Amino acid sequence: MEVPALLEGTAALLPHVAVLVTGLVVLVLDLFLPPRGRWATEATSLVGLALAFACALCQAGGEPRTVFMGMAAVDGLGTFFNAVFVLIAALTVLLSAPYVRRENIRPGEYYALMLFATLGFMFVGSSSDLVMMFLAIETFSMATYILAGLLRDTPRSLESAFKYFMLGSFSSAFFLYGIATVYGALGTTNLVALSQAMSAEGTSPLLLMGMGLLIVGLGFKVAVVPFHMWAPDVYEGAPTAVTAFMTAGPKAAAFAALLRVFAQGFGAPAFSEEWVPIFAVLAALTMLLGNIVAIVQQSVKRMLAYSSIAHAGYAFVALVAHNAAGAGSILYYLVAYAFMSLGAFTVLMIVARRDDQRHAFDDYAGLGVTNPALAAIMSLFMFALAGFPPTAGFAGKFYVFSAAAQSGYYVLAVIGVLTSVMSVVYYARVVILMYMHEPDADAPRIRLAPTSMAALGVTVFGVLYLGIFPGGVMHLAARSVAFLFPG
Amino acid sequence: MIPVPYYLVISAVLFITGAIGVLIRRNALIMLMSLELMLNAVNLSFVAYARMLNDTGGHVIVFLNIAVAAAEAVVGLAILLTIFRNRETVNIDHLNLMRH
Repeated sequence: MEVPALLEGTAALLPHVAVLVTGLVVLVLDLFLPPRGRWATEATSLVGLALAFACALCQAGGEPRTVFMGMAAVDGLGTFFNAVFVLIAALTVLLSAPYVRRENIRPGEYYALMLFATLGFMFVGSSSDLVMMFLAIETFSMATYILAGLLRDTPRSLESAFKYFMLGSFSSAFFLYGIATVYGALGTTNLVALSQAMSAEGTSPLLLMGMGLLIVGLGFKVAVVPFHMWAPDVYEGAPTAVTAFMTAGPKAAAFAALLRVFAQGFGAPAFSEEWVPIFAVLAALTMLLGNIVAIVQQSVKRMLAYSSIAHAGYAFVALVAHNAAGAGSILYYLVAYAFMSLGAFTVLMIVARRDDQRHAFDDYAGLGVTNPALAAIMSLFMFALAGFPPTAGFAGKFYVFSAAAQSGYYVLAVIGVLTSVMSVVYYARVVILMYMHEPDADAPRIRLAPTSMAALGVTVFGVLYLGIFPGGVMHLAARSVAFLFPG
Repeated sequence: MIPVPYYLVISAVLFITGAIGVLIRRNALIMLMSLELMLNAVNLSFVAYARMLNDTGGHVIVFLNIAVAAAEAVVGLAILLTIFRNRETVNIDHLNLMRH
């Protein structure tokens, strides 16, 4: 590879480089910091992420192109996802700061792993080759396996890490086998070359088998039914700050991979008619099971884990629509869900208090009396997740279901609306407990750290802004995916 | 010379063996070994396809996969070791804290 091409590629991937360098700096910096100077790791992470965000914004609006010999794509989709992932990482730093202190986690390893995971997400969003995508998925997966088990003396955290590792690696093997089979069928792993080769050669049993394996692999990563068994246990056992990160980041990254592989690589009508029916069934099952099982949960954390499965189902509906409006609404939905989920888990983390134990519904009793502000914020997130206007949840579902209706998938849209109504049961249960039950007098007081307040402030603002003025972000999202559906 | 499809069949058999191993074995170490078997089965497919297509790309991918498999083994063993120190067991039937 020539030096100018190398430089051009590196310049095109500046957001990724910024996150990588920040991660390395944080890792080394931690060695030299006294215990009282730990805020410096958080400050460095935030500065680095701000730089990466600025770099990502600078790339907006260019013509789609690939760098590093067709390995990485620089286009609207990649840029949008870069910005979203950096935002998720920054919010995670804010909400984790008090948690890391409270639970005695070494900040250096925590933030470095989180930044490396973010780097993996960004490379998934920017990959234009299946092999590149596999490496990126492994990068973020391995970082999140370790993050899930970071509370080394807590059996639940370790159990969660082990289950995540086993099922994650299991699914990666399927994804890799899918890549090998597609490679065997078409002789290339490049997504652009793939779509051209497929148009020339048509479908073959080998190619269909490859597609099926890719669906299984990515289905596990997104946690759609029937590949969801790991998610509730992993989300429940992981440290709450990490769970927040896992519901927002890896989920969005897996959708980025789905968009890249299926909307871009296998997007031509002759192939989409093979995978769209499968995706439709997965979406319907996911929405139904996620919402029904969430109703009977006893722990708010586990309930939110099932809720996260259900929300993946809604976003899947937009994938089934397979049109420009659908792809745009996926991006919108992922941003909206990131705000709602990160916000709700921040409240969970605060209510859980020391040792991360209080996650039962009863621990929320009387929160409206003892801490009215926190209860109001939690209610907002619950209503947003249930899809009430004027919140981001409502606008997101509106866009998704109208995209599905546009492509003629009325049944899916109806299932989506009905299950959303059903979801009010378990979200409202939290709100009712907070306002209509007596508080537990023995429970320790809740203290709010300034960084938690900042994280709550940003997520509340995001949920309301996206709900009241959805047009701006939706327009950006639609422009980012316009190149996938020309004409 | 042995025809390429033979290698593909062997690779599929190995992959399925690995998958079954992960699903039915209760010893976490054996599960880890089964995972490695799955990844290496895929490597065999890559090499076979690369030979069939006369394309060096497939061979290069195998090197990347070996590195990924090594990293995965490191993370997996580290998690397993911490669990063993904590619970003195590697039987996954004992990892059931979250099944109420």
